[in-house]
Amino acid sequence: MADITLNDMSDQYFDVLKEIGNIGAGNATTALSQMLNTKVDMKVPQVRLMEFKEVGTTMGGEEQIVAGIYLVVEGDITGSIMFMQRKESARIMVSKLMGMEPQGEDFTEIEMSALKEIGNIITGAYLNSLSTLTNLTIYPSVPDLCIDMAGAILSVPAIEFGTISDRLLLIQTDFTDEEDMSGYFILVPDEESYGKILTSLGFQI
Amino acid sequence: MPESIKVGIADMNICRAPDSITTIGLGSCVGIVIRDPLLKIGGMIHIMLPDSTVIKSNSNVSKFADTGIPELVRQLEAQGCVRRRMEAKIAGGAQMFAFQNKSELLGVGERNIAASKKVLAELGIPLLSEDTGENYGRTVTFYPENGVYEIKAVGKETKKI
Repeated sequence: MADITLNDMSDQYFDVLKEIGNIGAGNATTALSQMLNTKVDMKVPQVRLMEFKEVGTTMGGEEQIVAGIYLVVEGDITGSIMFMQRKESARIMVSKLMGMEPQGEDFTEIEMSALKEIGNIITGAYLNSLSTLTNLTIYPSVPDLCIDMAGAILSVPAIEFGTISDRLLLIQTDFTDEEDMSGYFILVPDEESYGKILTSLGFQI
Repeated sequence: MPESIKVGIADMNICRAPDSITTIGLGSCVGIVIRDPLLKIGGMIHIMLPDSTVIKSNSNVSKFADTGIPELVRQLEAQGCVRRRMEAKIAGGAQMFAFQNKSELLGVGERNIAASKKVLAELGIPLLSEDTGENYGRTVTFYPENGVYEIKAVGKETKKI
């Protein structure tokens, strides 16, 4: 297996990763749309290679309060996937799913649990399509939820990445519905996984 | 007008009173501040990982406790600060996600705290106070004027250590 480092990334590889983000998020938003019984649109994914310093600023500011659902991925591809949305957006999503108005400022235990389950289903859909497309085995871990500042939450995949690189590759897809619901998927493959993804899709590296 | 100097992830900086120095959204990372109370010069480093020696990609010294803290001290000394007067405070090292996973990386907050303390002890710099661990993010600001280290967290009162 040929190794590919982040510095070798050409525009063509970025396009491939973008397409992966597109397909993954497409499946995930379909799952979300079915679950909530509403129309969900998604934007063209962005693939960005960024310095750690910039990471916090990606989601509308480091101090933006967000709900992050985070899973570790194992198998042929290793890395992590995060589903992130503003806290208010998470509120709307949960109340849609549960068919009731939000209760107070903070999430109740049952709302947290519902949010985790939403994260589980849609990240599952994302990874499933990635697995089917590449014919690689991917095992997601049990998801965990954290509601805090974007900077603090994003530091988790950044640290994981920090052991192998000084930069972070982010495949980010935004989605929105007619109302105020929006969010991002962030797929952070480990460095060894790029080569595998690209080779599995028939690229000669 | 005093300025607030920003420090990013895996980054460090120095400032002089009345300016302050800040980093936003510390998760499992640790924000170490060191000051010379006589000169009222202080520095902050936002480290991500404890140990540079076990990792191949270690060109950025500010990323690690073991390389970053000595470099911060060196930069402070270059500004005329004296080692035996220096004092430190630390914050951060939270565990953001409560995984029951065996991956060693997930206890990285704890390991960052331990490594920061060890490096400070080796350098002979006393640790005056800390606000570490738990499971929430922190935004921190340090004032070299009086050595106050201010910690803000979501849904919590601002703390001064």
